[in-house]
Amino acid sequence: MPVETVASTPVRARPLRDGVGLGLAVGVSGIAFGAAAVSSGLSTWQTCALSLFAFTGASQFALAGVIAGGGSLLAGTAGAILLGSRNTLYGLRLAGTLQPRGWRKPVAALGVIDETTAISLAQPDPASMRQGFWATFCCLYLTWNVSTLIGAIGAGRVGSPEAFGLDVVGPAAFLALIWPRLRTGKTERWVALAGVAIALGSATMLPAGVPVILAAVAALAGAMTAPGAAQPEGSA
Amino acid sequence: MTGVWSAVLATSAGCYLLKFAGLTVPQRVLANARVRRFAELVPVALLAALSAVQTATSGQSFVFEPARLAGMAAAIVALLLRAPFLVVIVVAAAVAAAAHAAGLA
Repeated sequence: MPVETVASTPVRARPLRDGVGLGLAVGVSGIAFGAAAVSSGLSTWQTCALSLFAFTGASQFALAGVIAGGGSLLAGTAGAILLGSRNTLYGLRLAGTLQPRGWRKPVAALGVIDETTAISLAQPDPASMRQGFWATFCCLYLTWNVSTLIGAIGAGRVGSPEAFGLDVVGPAAFLALIWPRLRTGKTERWVALAGVAIALGSATMLPAGVPVILAAVAALAGAMTAPGAAQPEGSA
Repeated sequence: MTGVWSAVLATSAGCYLLKFAGLTVPQRVLANARVRRFAELVPVALLAALSAVQTATSGQSFVFEPARLAGMAAAIVALLLRAPFLVVIVVAAAVAAAAHAAGLA
């Protein structure tokens, strides 16, 4: 977008505050993952390895869930990786803005997840987008891993995550993150509704994790029917 | 136990490589307006779906958890009132925790 538009638009760019805030808020739910994973039968080290190296919550929960349910490890692994495939699309979206070079690229890759993408895409200009990405990534990575360890060690001692309302942190955060785009774009609203309908409609028929991937069909339909309707990003 | 380690490491490697691939795909892929629009809409579709799935299902079955639904309803009200992001999250968690404590498991 033209630089002069950015300079003259009274959009409040708060990439640091939003990124750090989100990192802390969502990162704390690593306690829920740590506790859930250890309760599922993973060791503390296995639990921490997932948070350190996979670093994508939905896939981590999916794998722990399958192991807890006594499902096959192969299916659990396949489902978790499939669930992580949306990060490829996020990376595709972020690459032009981040343009990481040298050692930054493999590091940035680790941080391409729901939350960093959402914060980044909510910013009005490329500099704020990069700042938002790195702020969210650093804060969320630290918080998520520390809280995973706390949850893993404290599993069985801290009580159930539900008692603290931690089970709604993820769903509420995901909704809040797309809210500005739902408010400004008609296509976005239809795509979101269609995505929900596809995922819930197929939830009982497909392995856990697959319905969410299938929701990408809604984005495909939206892109095919209204390709030129792009909203200025961060205009909310 | 080695089986679980294999699953943990394969998941980690797979998830990382998928992220890396996204940053590596040639940028001219995004020169097409439809592809660009698709990449813009993907987070909207997947995050909406993820939110609904995590609220209403467990594994392959639907679950009815009043406390969780109350938390999500509170989040929507907060969003309609244009509350800041963190307020939305805190309100949702607080309402869900209160509903849970009140016996709405």
